[in-house]
Amino acid sequence: MLEKAIKGSKIYWGWLGLLLAIIGVGFGAYMVQLNQGLSITGMSRDVSWGFYIAQFTFLVGVAASAVMMVIPKYLHHYQAFGRVLILGEFLAVAAVSMCLLFIVVDLGQPQRLFNVLLHPTPNSILFWDMVVLNGYLFLNILIGWVTLQAERKQVPPPSWIKPFIYLSIPWAVSIHTVTAFLYCGLPGRGFWLTAILAPRFLASAFASGPAFLILLCYIVKIFTKWDPGKEAIQSLAKIVTYAIITNLFFLGLEVFTVGYSQIPDHLLHFKYLFFGLHGYSTYVPWMWASVIAGLAAVAILLNPKNRQADNVLAFACVLVFLSCWIDKGLGMISGGFVPNPLEEITEYIPTKLELMVTLGVYAAGFFILTILYKVAVGVKKEVDA
Amino acid sequence: MKSSRRKFLQIAGLSALGWSICPSLLQASGHGGGEGGNGQGVRWAMAIDTRKLDDKLMEECVHACHSIHNVPKINSKQNIKWIWSAPFEKLFPGQMHKFLKEVPEEHTLALCNHCGNPSCVRVCPTKATFKRPDGIVMMDFHRCIGCRYCMAACPYGSRSFNFADPRRFLKEQNPDFPTRTKGVVEKCTFCAERLDEGKRPACVEAAKGAIYFGDLNDPHSEVRQVLKERYSIRRKPGLGTDPSVYYLI
Ligand code: SF4
Ligand code: SF4
Repeated sequence: MLEKAIKGSKIYWGWLGLLLAIIGVGFGAYMVQLNQGLSITGMSRDVSWGFYIAQFTFLVGVAASAVMMVIPKYLHHYQAFGRVLILGEFLAVAAVSMCLLFIVVDLGQPQRLFNVLLHPTPNSILFWDMVVLNGYLFLNILIGWVTLQAERKQVPPPSWIKPFIYLSIPWAVSIHTVTAFLYCGLPGRGFWLTAILAPRFLASAFASGPAFLILLCYIVKIFTKWDPGKEAIQSLAKIVTYAIITNLFFLGLEVFTVGYSQIPDHLLHFKYLFFGLHGYSTYVPWMWASVIAGLAAVAILLNPKNRQADNVLAFACVLVFLSCWIDKGLGMISGGFVPNPLEEITEYIPTKLELMVTLGVYAAGFFILTILYKVAVGVKKEVDA
Repeated sequence: MKSSRRKFLQIAGLSALGWSICPSLLQASGHGGGEGGNGQGVRWAMAIDTRKLDDKLMEECVHACHSIHNVPKINSKQNIKWIWSAPFEKLFPGQMHKFLKEVPEEHTLALCNHCGNPSCVRVCPTKATFKRPDGIVMMDFHRCIGCRYCMAACPYGSRSFNFADPRRFLKEQNPDFPTRTKGVVEKCTFCAERLDEGKRPACVEAAKGAIYFGDLNDPHSEVRQVLKERYSIRRKPGLGTDPSVYYLI
């Protein structure tokens, strides 16, 4: 099936070329980082994780969201998702690939990466995160490829793949739960020390992932003339609606808990993010933008008429994606480290080189995504014809 | 009475079973195998006399430590420090009140607490951070992958990361102690290398009697003696990390 990836239009090749160029720039920036160390980043003694780990955390959510289609399709036999499921699974493959790349570019000694396997340490959550992420990558490549192959031959998928599909459901939940556990078991980091972190991660994942998938469906429709189907998109839109409401509700729960208890160790981080602390307020406009975008999206999506209008739905999906990205890709990490355990404030702002590396990783992810989608849509069109 | 005692024994038995199945969750710290802190063997500890320390003395402690351990001086937020002086209100947040501030801001020394239940050891994915049987929390610089998870886990800000090559910032080097490379984490080691030679930590020596050092499990050690006589506090005791550094008030 891979041959479908090497036959394409000028736009297709142009797009891949553009991505390759961005990957090249990112790689160059990474070479500088390898040479100079992480000193080229905006991270510090106080904020020891930054943009890379934040993007990793966000993308784990995008990857996990494929489960929102696997469950209806395989547990409830909801056939409308049959058409787009492969898009969700391949999105998961691309997202997990980016996650792994982000972990690698974040390491101070990347060449020692395999120490994690040479000295397996079950009490470290990072060890388990590696295990579940790699497992999920493997599961999605396997399931995606086998079901697509069956579809091409116009036969039902082989029955041995079923257990893998069912396994992928709890596995998807596990990748985001374990990623939340990376943060929420740490003493002295009040912002993360909350049992609702994993549910919050899942809620924002099930909002941002399907929202992104809806956007991808529209893009696929425009560029390949293959229609993923109105019903599938509408069902995804409902999922996004419920999930973004849940996400905002969870945020409200957190705000109540820290606000009413008034315990400084927990409260100060929220103050810093939403109102600024001792004159430091870099993230305030961002955080409010996130909340407002989320609320606006809810207002739009609650009305079925809005969901049915393609343009409005796409706009709402952009809002949802933005809201979740700011919350996890910016606020979650910085808010956790500021103020530090000594209640000192060191702000974190990513540097240009850091952003270039980040962009390079995203481009690599989109490169993988484009090729996988090219193959998937090629097969779909062949079958439809 | 009898039945309640039986019930207690049952519950105790059950929880003991639970602990034996899942010990890593409760005592997840012991990569080093350690007995430290369990009432047997040596457990090194420090008692810092906050009344005796003054700015000059603290500076000497910091200098003694940083010069023999090749800790570079970097003037940026990516700096490295093993031991440093900080105001009380930062070391003991939550224990200060506004009337204390009428006194000029008091400083004292901060360093790794060599916790009995160290969260930094718990999270390290490579066992590069480990606890020795004598309770000292150590780092293997050659195994560390630089994920900085331990920095997120330490609730005392005791760890530093080599964002850049530290040798660039060293004017003089102590040839008896290794320098580090970029990309690894480092922190105070309670001068493990000196203890192994029977010496006391460098800062203890430099403090001229303002820091006591010894075995917490030995009732006759100078730390135990001074802890018996004076009132002492530890940093963030509520977190359950069980610090081995005590502050005499
Ligand atoms: S003070 Fe921090 S670095 Fe030192 S042992 Fe405790 S948790 Fe680890
Ligand atoms: S930075 Fe090094 S010592 Fe710290 S957790 Fe990672 S591997 Fe362990």
